[in-house]
Amino acid sequence: MDRGRPGAGTGRYQLSQLENIEAESIHIIREVAAEFERPVLLFSGGKDSVVMLRLAQKAFWPGRIPFPVMHIDTSQNFPEVLEFRDRCVAEVGATLVVASVQDSIDAGRVAEEPGPNPSRNRLQTRTLLDAITEHRFDAVFGGARRDEEKARAKERVFSFRDEFGQWDPKNQRPELWSLFNGRHRAGEHIRVFPLSDWTELDIWQYVADEGIDLPSIYYSHRRRVFRRDGMLLSVGPHVAPGGDEEVFEATVRYRTVGDMTCTGAVESVAVSVEDIVAEVAATRLTERGATRADDRVSEAAMEDRKRVGYF
Amino acid sequence: MELLRLATAGSVDDGKSTLIGRLLYDSKAIFEDQLESMERVSRQRGDEYTDLALLTDGLRAEREQGITIDVAYRYFATPVRKFIIADTPGHIQYTRNMVTGNSMADLTVVLVDARKGIVEQTRRHAFLASLLRVPHLLVCVNKMDLVGYDRDVFEGIREEFASFASRLDVRDLSFIPISALQGDNVVQRSANMPWYEGASLLHHLEQVYISSDRNMIDARLPVQWVVRPQAASVPDYRGYAGQVAGGVFKPGDTVMVLPSGLTTTVAGIDTFDGPIDEAFPPMSVTVRLTDDVDVSRGDLICRPLNQPTVGQDLDAMVAWMTERPLAVGDFLALKHTTRWVRAVVRDVRYRLDVNTLHRDESASTLGLNDVGRVSLRVTQPLYYDSYRRNRLTGSFILAAEDTNVTVGAGMLHGPD
Repeated sequence: MDRGRPGAGTGRYQLSQLENIEAESIHIIREVAAEFERPVLLFSGGKDSVVMLRLAQKAFWPGRIPFPVMHIDTSQNFPEVLEFRDRCVAEVGATLVVASVQDSIDAGRVAEEPGPNPSRNRLQTRTLLDAITEHRFDAVFGGARRDEEKARAKERVFSFRDEFGQWDPKNQRPELWSLFNGRHRAGEHIRVFPLSDWTELDIWQYVADEGIDLPSIYYSHRRRVFRRDGMLLSVGPHVAPGGDEEVFEATVRYRTVGDMTCTGAVESVAVSVEDIVAEVAATRLTERGATRADDRVSEAAMEDRKRVGYF
Repeated sequence: MELLRLATAGSVDDGKSTLIGRLLYDSKAIFEDQLESMERVSRQRGDEYTDLALLTDGLRAEREQGITIDVAYRYFATPVRKFIIADTPGHIQYTRNMVTGNSMADLTVVLVDARKGIVEQTRRHAFLASLLRVPHLLVCVNKMDLVGYDRDVFEGIREEFASFASRLDVRDLSFIPISALQGDNVVQRSANMPWYEGASLLHHLEQVYISSDRNMIDARLPVQWVVRPQAASVPDYRGYAGQVAGGVFKPGDTVMVLPSGLTTTVAGIDTFDGPIDEAFPPMSVTVRLTDDVDVSRGDLICRPLNQPTVGQDLDAMVAWMTERPLAVGDFLALKHTTRWVRAVVRDVRYRLDVNTLHRDESASTLGLNDVGRVSLRVTQPLYYDSYRRNRLTGSFILAAEDTNVTVGAGMLHGPD
């Protein structure tokens, strides 16, 4: 965005809505850096975490981001995304911590779910909580947005987690003005969501305005896929079609970036950010409803996972 | 595109969920998978129609019990504005939720059932919106279809509400007769009420003038973070980062830093996207000063000829949000702008009945969901403005020192 003329929006002393939520997010990120001893920013290489990283960069510029970046690696990620992650973190000069679900399995902390092509989505929670304990992180930035999912619509920007990493949705701290309360005891931590007020469309408009790089799988490409539960899953080392699931090649892109086992592609010919902005503005399905098997378990799938410490 | 934050309040029966559902649906912010999910749950519960409240009632307990527990945030946009709705339940924990939802709102929508007229809850909502200094109050007289779209019913409610509101501090008050269920005057002007000449609800939300609601007079920058890269590329860089809470800062401005009282000049205003000529609310910026003065987090940058009140004895309206009552002698943690201090309760001057506005001066405590005028003493001076002058430098939160939970919200009175 052209900050030489702030308020390029509608008039003098008027910020556009994107400039407005950007300023709020930067405020939140600075509060955390100032009030916590060991913050960490969760980074998956997905669009939300990439935008969050850019906001962190802006918050402390020309200084560096004063906390590390952590990826919870399920070992079932898209290779394009891992390559992108390393490049992105190196560019901003941040320290990368990788916590591996495979390590948690090898150490006997969690057991792989039964059945063919098991998803490691749920297992991530254990790895995440172990990493928070090991590194003694007291604030954990997540890229979740309130427009994503109904349980998230109720979550605070500063969201308290008890010593078990649990979220208690019925007993949340009131959150007023922009006065955030990050007070906690040793062993407890706060999840912080600087993108709470951003919508999927805001993210894409920001990516377009800022010229932010994203992993290639967000853009339309040809891929071998098969259909399962109404979603297009990519054929790969962790995902194999069943006997009656026909494999075909399709022109697709991803709306969210998660584990290969539970993230579906959507048919799309959007090859540029501008195409995607237009596509998102016209879509009639939420991004999680369209592409995430992990949310299809039940009406409260997200709430239930969040209660025990999920992102 | 501008941003408008609105708060809605209402009880289970007054059609609030239907209204929000309609706004979201008509602006295409409800998606097909969400609609399917609501239809499925409604069917399972045996509802006769799809319950749009399921869109905002996201928690398991809310869906099971059919109640709204907590503030939910919803988003929709038109080509003109993006809207953030803080949707607050009307009954449960009403003060706590209303205060939370209204704290950042530009506009509050109060729903009145045309058949019932103004009830206790209507007055309470209006009072809390005025207490939080929400600049625009919009009264939607709903269910007009059930009173035959009768103009006299609407005018009667309008007069009664206006007379009550004259006792409150409401700057902009508007009324719209609607039927959320039938869609009258929600998005389009209704043909059923030709006597109403005002805008539809959505049009009102798009057009209400909010630019002048911020304080653009008193320059205030609470320092959040000192930027000191200590890198070869930017040797000796030292900048003070924060979100502008009032007024306008420009390079060359003479400024004063509190608490030191030292006067210096703005050398430049930096952002990641380059230096800027002016900084104003709510921009997050980094300010460089010409002199090497001592500035740290919690300090305030202002203008020497326009300083805030500096003091340790605070007089505030406090909304109390926890079971354990507030009482004289209590110690609390208090956060104001970017600093935490300790506070002790010196006096509860009166408790306000949020339904009748009656002041109970015999009260010595504030219970859960009470509002009252409280005197506090803090360990270090705060640099503040009255809440009516500036919502950002005039507000604070209180946290319990043992549990760390947020237990109160305060709005400061000042000399003006």
